Amino acid sequence: MQLEELITRFQQKDTFAFERLHAMYAENICGVINTIVKDDNLAQEICQDVFVKVWNSAMSYNSSKGRFFTWIVNIARNAAIDVMRSKNYKNQKKNLSADYFVSILENTTEEEEIDFNTKGLRNLVSKLKEKCIQVIELLYFKGYTQKEVAEELDIPVGTVKTRNRSCISQLRENMK
Amino acid sequence: MNTKEYIESGVLELYVAGQLSEEENLKVAEYAKLYSDIQKEIEAIEASILALSKTAAPKVNLSFSDVYEKIKNYRDTKVVPINKSALSWSSYMGWAASILLLIGGVYLFNQNEKLQSQIEVVEGQRINLEEQINEAKISLTKSEELLATIRDKNITVIPLGGQEVSPTSYAKAYWNKKEEKLYIDAQGLPEPPDGMVYQVWSLKLNPLTPTSVGLLEDFIEDDNRIFNLTNANTSEAFGITLEPSGGSKSPNLEQLYTLGVVSSS
Repeated sequence: MQLEELITRFQQKDTFAFERLHAMYAENICGVINTIVKDDNLAQEICQDVFVKVWNSAMSYNSSKGRFFTWIVNIARNAAIDVMRSKNYKNQKKNLSADYFVSILENTTEEEEIDFNTKGLRNLVSKLKEKCIQVIELLYFKGYTQKEVAEELDIPVGTVKTRNRSCISQLRENMK
Repeated sequence: MNTKEYIESGVLELYVAGQLSEEENLKVAEYAKLYSDIQKEIEAIEASILALSKTAAPKVNLSFSDVYEKIKNYRDTKVVPINKSALSWSSYMGWAASILLLIGGVYLFNQNEKLQSQIEVVEGQRINLEEQINEAKISLTKSEELLATIRDKNITVIPLGGQEVSPTSYAKAYWNKKEEKLYIDAQGLPEPPDGMVYQVWSLKLNPLTPTSVGLLEDFIEDDNRIFNLTNANTSEAFGITLEPSGGSKSPNLEQLYTLGVVSSS
């Protein structure tokens, strides 16, 4: 089934279509959340809530909001940031904004079981230059605007777009 | 359009990042439909981000059943009760509103009926009052005419005194010789018995010759008791006798109630 058809059925409250979409994006969405909260269990819980919200606000999606995945990432990011900002969380954890998600992968190296899939992913990231990881994480996962990325990385705004383009190209190259 | 240039501008990467405005998003979606190169490029960019984000996925079970449970719970514990209460609340309000409307409608209908009948009553009263005013006007006109007649300089006033039969009776005759009109004010006469009528006589004294001037008919019904008669005689006196109804040819002097002599001046 095509993505468009899945989305249409999902908007008609077809749980089967929604299950398919969940299967397609759950790891990615939960991953984006995890780059922000850096806590597997918390990320899992937020991620479930995000998909509930996606289900409940299905009708508010249309192509003016961009790609379907982009729309869900937006919802996920806002949910994760909300949790991070909540008093409860602030009391428990330090501000981790300086860390990039590479640390999540580094943590997994300490675990005993590393399957082939994880190896491939690690390979994917490890081949990326650090400046690429930064710009991609800020733009795609943390939702920074180009201007905010420029300020954060101390580079000209015009450079953000071109650097992003070349970094994505490199990422695509790594995937081959 | 040059799709290659468009692709290399980096706008599609920003599109997947969600960095474009709604308008720009629609434009890109439009191009993607028109040009398969652009569609493929978008999908490739998205696939790379999907792959990258997957590396950060929490190492826990991400089954759909957990999400499905939450959706069901959400529906059961939140959505449905809210809907239910919202439904019943609105339906109660609906019923309450329609009952109020009905009561209000009946009330207004009754009020309208009442006012309608009040208007009819008042209208009837108004007509009665108008009739009374008209009657009063007519009565006033008559009185004014009467007053004018009595005040006329050609009028001779003859007081008629009570006689043996009825000493307390009295009457007055207003006689306009020139116009041959005679008005009898019979206020001081008792009501005649059934079947009887007062008859007015013009008298010549030497010798005593009575001439009938007329009857005071409908005596009881006439409120002001002033009677309009015609008298062409050269009268020297006037008398009023009680006669059988229809009048008599000559007066019954035993029933002479009042009598008065015309002063010679």
